[in-house]
Amino acid sequence: MSATRRSLLAASVGATLMPGLPRLSRAQAANTIRIGVLNDQSGPYRDISGPYGIECTRQAVAEFGDKGFAVEVITADHQNKPDVGVNIARQWYDQGVDLILDVPTSSVGLAVNNVAREKNKAYINTGSATSDLTGAQCSPNTVHWMYDTYMLAKSTGGAMVKAGGDSWFFITADYAFGHALERDTGTFVKAAGGRVLGAVRYPFPATSDFSSFLVQAQASRAKVIGLANAGADTINSIKQAAEFGITRRGTKLAALLMFLPDVHALGLQTAQGLVLTESFYWDLNDRTRAVTQRLQPRLKDMKPNMASIANYSAALHYLKAVADMGIAASKASGVEVVNRMKALPCDDDAFGPGRIREDGRKLCPSYLFEVKTPAESKAPWDYYKLIQTTPAEEAFRPLNEGGCSLVRS
Amino acid sequence: MDDIFGIPAPLLFGQLLLGLINGAFYAMLSLGLAVIFGLLNIVNLAHGAQFMMGAFAAWMLLAWGGIGYWWALLLAPIIVAVTGVILEKLFISRLYKLDHLYGLLLTFGLALIIEGIFRNEFGSSGLPYRIPPELSGAWDLGFMFLPIYRGWVVIAALVLCLATWLIIEKTRLGAYLRAATENAALVQAFGVNVPRMVTLTYGFGVALAAAAGVLAAPIYSVNPQMGSNLIIVVFAVVVIGGMGSILGSILTGFTLGVVEGLTKVFWPEASATVIFVIMAIVLVARPAGLFGRA
Repeated sequence: MSATRRSLLAASVGATLMPGLPRLSRAQAANTIRIGVLNDQSGPYRDISGPYGIECTRQAVAEFGDKGFAVEVITADHQNKPDVGVNIARQWYDQGVDLILDVPTSSVGLAVNNVAREKNKAYINTGSATSDLTGAQCSPNTVHWMYDTYMLAKSTGGAMVKAGGDSWFFITADYAFGHALERDTGTFVKAAGGRVLGAVRYPFPATSDFSSFLVQAQASRAKVIGLANAGADTINSIKQAAEFGITRRGTKLAALLMFLPDVHALGLQTAQGLVLTESFYWDLNDRTRAVTQRLQPRLKDMKPNMASIANYSAALHYLKAVADMGIAASKASGVEVVNRMKALPCDDDAFGPGRIREDGRKLCPSYLFEVKTPAESKAPWDYYKLIQTTPAEEAFRPLNEGGCSLVRS
Repeated sequence: MDDIFGIPAPLLFGQLLLGLINGAFYAMLSLGLAVIFGLLNIVNLAHGAQFMMGAFAAWMLLAWGGIGYWWALLLAPIIVAVTGVILEKLFISRLYKLDHLYGLLLTFGLALIIEGIFRNEFGSSGLPYRIPPELSGAWDLGFMFLPIYRGWVVIAALVLCLATWLIIEKTRLGAYLRAATENAALVQAFGVNVPRMVTLTYGFGVALAAAAGVLAAPIYSVNPQMGSNLIIVVFAVVVIGGMGSILGSILTGFTLGVVEGLTKVFWPEASATVIFVIMAIVLVARPAGLFGRA
């Protein structure tokens, strides 16, 4: 009996220590640029980027073509654990990886941010939402691509307050991302004259039942329940809010971060009418439809969303900078590559024209969408109606408000 | 109404009820584990994966076969139990003579493989499964709004748990099972086919997990990791209740659901940890578990 108990405990400890480190296949070659895509390939954020983010990176490499150097894409699963992410990042940079890309889950994203700076390598984050990456924790080695908590808060939060949702209660994932999203949204709500009545912070990623938190939120009598979470957590929250009749009785749900695959997983029946913010939608204009069509053979029956396609956009711009300054110089200093990326204007089919600010923030427009009703949806993946566009220069936190040390005042 | 510890009483009652509902899942899953451990001496770490397979089987029946919730509630556990029986015949039955650790590692490996296959096929963000129309809607209890489906989950779980307990404690078949646990060789000498009984017991434990999966499908996102989130907690429940104790696992399941529910009100950040704290205390004070025999 006691042997069983002991082995049981040993197994649960073993289960958390399982990850092995991925190894590089070949020795370092001076004429090869290595891009390491580090993301969640087995957990709640897998469908948002995961294997699709990798394919989008490969598409960028293929479209970039041969400019006199080879490009190799390697990948790993960080399992949303900062310690696993940092170990892989350290090993990759030491073994000659030039750029780490993607890195969802803000706690991991912030941890890898420090490694890149310490090793003077390039780091483009497309997956983490925390606005601290270009604020208090900004780094000359880091570019933050297509979204952040400030941009989500301004677009979705601002629109909800304008529509009369002036009292809020937050259901927040208890880690860096949830805290940042709650903070940034709360700031907008208060600035618009609204009130934050309370918040409940639940353990991430160990929570799948949100009914208790939803009932607490409802008891606060707030007009809006702000979901400061993402992925499967958001899906479960919305599903259970519908079950408890919360939206039917006038309380509004604000899904502060939602991606196209989340809507797909919920089904339009449950998701209809939700408003959400993304900086990309495949059916937005001719350019987005064109790039989606080029990507489709790689993504099979999945459509790109702002997170997966940001890897395409970011890898393309990075390779442009490398070609511009030469492979030797770009391998020598991550700061120099990032500076060159900031100096060059961005333009691609996914996000259109834009630029990278001195704090590392890539600027692009943000779009407020409403999820269509089943009757309005004419084809598979026809999910969004555009209701508002915030131009690139206004979508993100003003440069001087982030507290980034790279910004000269 | 009055406040209790600074929380309005209606809110607290609501949370107790929600805790009981989550406890129903803990009870069903830990019961299956207890049955399997009691007879097979196997710590079935694939239980979470089998819970997930139950939910997926319900989804597949509906999406591919047009078969609705009520039939799924019967068919999905049978389908998943058949896969369990195959696993038992092919792999698990070879390990009975070895230390517990081998069974634990084998079933853990199987769980990883099963979850990996489902993740490759269906992705991680999950699939939609609607609440059956007969059970949608909600009751207004005055102190809270209770979805009919959640009430149904508690009733279904109680019925399943009690039926299992009755079969094992009160029927002749149950008597054979308990006897085989004590002394398999002797029971075999009386002409009972013990290996077949063991196989079917494993199938039954797996079917319980799958039934819980079907019950869970309309309220949780049907996704490949839905079981792994739950299984570690359920193991803690089993350890607290006492390995192999049928009634113990049922009572502990419901009780810990309520304890967790209350933690979600008073200290939400700790709601994932509280069960393990209790486990640690129980292990120190009563190593055989609350209902276990040392």
